[in-house]
Amino acid sequence: MNHQNDPAAGRSTPAAGAAATERWRVHVQGWLMLLPAAVLLVVFTHFPVGATIYHSFFSNPRPGRAAVWVGLDNYRAMVEDPVFWQVLGNNLWFAAGTIPLSIALALLMAVWVNGRLPGRSLLRLAFFTPTVLPMIAVANIWLFFYTPGYGLLEQLTGLIGLPSHNWLGSRQTALGCLVVVTVWKEAGFFMIFYLAALQSLSPQLAEAAALMGAGRWYFFRRVTFPLLMPTTLFVLVNAVINSFRLVDHIVVMTKGGPDNATALLLYYIYDVGFKFWDQAYAAALTLVLLVILAAVALGQFLLLDRRVHYQ
Amino acid sequence: MSRALETAGAWLLGILWALPLAYAVWTAFHPAEYSTRFTPGAPLTLENFAKAWAAAPFARYFVNTTLLVAMILAAQLVLCTLAAYAFARFAFAGRAAAFLLVLVQLMIMPDVLIVENYRTMSRLGLLDTLAGIGLPYMASAFGVFLLRQTFKTVPKELDEAARVEGAGPLETLWRVYVPLARPVYIAYGLVSVSYHWNNFLWPLIVTNSVQSRPLTVGLQVFSSVDQGVDWSIITAATLMTSGPLLVAFLLFQRQFVQSFMRAGIR
Repeated sequence: MNHQNDPAAGRSTPAAGAAATERWRVHVQGWLMLLPAAVLLVVFTHFPVGATIYHSFFSNPRPGRAAVWVGLDNYRAMVEDPVFWQVLGNNLWFAAGTIPLSIALALLMAVWVNGRLPGRSLLRLAFFTPTVLPMIAVANIWLFFYTPGYGLLEQLTGLIGLPSHNWLGSRQTALGCLVVVTVWKEAGFFMIFYLAALQSLSPQLAEAAALMGAGRWYFFRRVTFPLLMPTTLFVLVNAVINSFRLVDHIVVMTKGGPDNATALLLYYIYDVGFKFWDQAYAAALTLVLLVILAAVALGQFLLLDRRVHYQ
Repeated sequence: MSRALETAGAWLLGILWALPLAYAVWTAFHPAEYSTRFTPGAPLTLENFAKAWAAAPFARYFVNTTLLVAMILAAQLVLCTLAAYAFARFAFAGRAAAFLLVLVQLMIMPDVLIVENYRTMSRLGLLDTLAGIGLPYMASAFGVFLLRQTFKTVPKELDEAARVEGAGPLETLWRVYVPLARPVYIAYGLVSVSYHWNNFLWPLIVTNSVQSRPLTVGLQVFSSVDQGVDWSIITAATLMTSGPLLVAFLLFQRQFVQSFMRAGIR
C-alpha cells in the first residue's frame, strides 16, 4: 500500500494525511503478516476447542443416524463411568510420581554436571541422551527391559534371589514402571534449564559463602535453591503439562492395561475416540483435559506473572 | 571423603541412565542367542539391522519422516517469522489480544485436540496424508513467541536505516532481522526437528497406510504386529529409527544442548 498514490491522502493537509495513511499502513501490514499463522491457529487450536465444547452436548453420530442434542448426557455418563474416575486417579498418581522425581533428579544432575566432577561431559551426555530419542523407541527398549523371564530387570532381581515378577502385567507395579520410564526420559531435559540457570549465578556468591564458613549444603539450601526458583517454576509447569500430554509409551508398553491400571486421561480419550469411535464422549473427556490445562495456565499466570515478563 | 561419595553417586546415576541404551546397543549388534546373555567376546553382527530393514518398508518411512519434518520446519519458519515481526514492530489494532490468543497454544497443544482435529482433517480430505499430520503444528505459538522476543532486541535504528534506504517491511525483515536472529533459528530448528521426528500419537491417528506413515508409527506397526519377531530385530529397528537424530546429537552435542537451553529460557 503506497501512500503517495492513496487518493485519501490528497484531500486533507498533506502532513496529517500522510500520518493517517501511515497509521493505516501499520494496521494493514501488521495484520497481513499475522494472517497466515492466525488462520492456522484458529482452525487447529481455537476452533477445535469450541467444537469440543459444542460436540460434547450431542450424541455420537453413527452411519444413518445424525448427532442429536443430548444436553448433559455425555457428562452424566462420565460421572457414572468408573473407568473415567480410575483414569483420572491414575493420571494424578502419574503426575505425583513423575513431577517431583524428575525435577529433583534434574536439579541433582545439573549441580553435579556443573561442578568439577571427573568426566562430567560424559555424564551430561548420559543424562541428556534420552531426551533426543523418540518416546516410542525408548518405550520399546524399556519394554524389553521389563520383559518377564529374560528381561534385564528380571535377570538383575534373579541375581539377588528375588522371585520372578511380571512388572508391566501386574496392577501394583505397571504404573510405577511407566513413571520410571518418564522420569528417565524427562530428567535430562529439565537438567538443561537448571544448568543454564546455575551457569548464570555469580561465582562470587559461593566464594563469599565459603569465606564465611558456610557448608555446601547450607549454601545450596539458603542461596542457590531460592535463586533457582524461577527455573523451578518453569520446569514445574512443563512437567505438569507433560504428565497430561505424554502417552506414547502407554501405546507401546501396556495399552492402558492391566484392567486400565495404566490408562491416563489422553490415552483414554484416544481409546474412546478412535477405538470405540464414540467421539461425543471423547469430546466430553477432552473438555476435562482442557479444563485441567487451563487451570495450569491460570496457576502459571498467578505464580509466574511477577517473575517472567512477556513484554 | 564426601567428594568421593558424590562422584561415586553421580557416576552411579550416569551408568543407570546409560544402561537401557547400552542394553539396546548390545542386543541389536549381537546374534539373538546373546540378546540376554552378556558374554564378553560374543560375536558382533549387523544381521539384525538387515533383517529389520527387509521386514518392513523402513526406506519409505524414512522418506516420509524426512519430508514431514522438512515441510513442518519450512512452514514454521515462514509463518512464525512473519507473525513475530508483526508482533514485535507493528502497533496494529488488537495486537495485545491477538498475542494472548496465540499464547493459548502454548498450553493447549494440538497433541490434546486429537478428536476435533481428526474431524477437520476428515472434512478437508487430508486423512492419511503428510499435510494432514503437519498442518496443526505449522503455526507454532512457541516459534512466534521465541522470535518475537529476539526481534524486540534488534535496535530500532537498524530498522530505520534500512527503511531510509527504501527497503519495504519484508525486505527489512529479510535483511536486518533474520540474519541477526540466526542462533535462535538454529535453536528453534533443532527443537522442532527433534519434536516432529519423535512425534507419535497424532500421526498414528491420522495415517493408515505405508504411503504416509512416519518412522515412529512404522516402528510401532512393525513391533506390535509381528509377535514372532525376536527382540534383537525389534531393538535394531528401534535404534535405526532414532539413529539419524542420535548421530546428529552426538556430533553436535554442544549445539543441541545450547539450543534446547536457548529455546527453553523465555
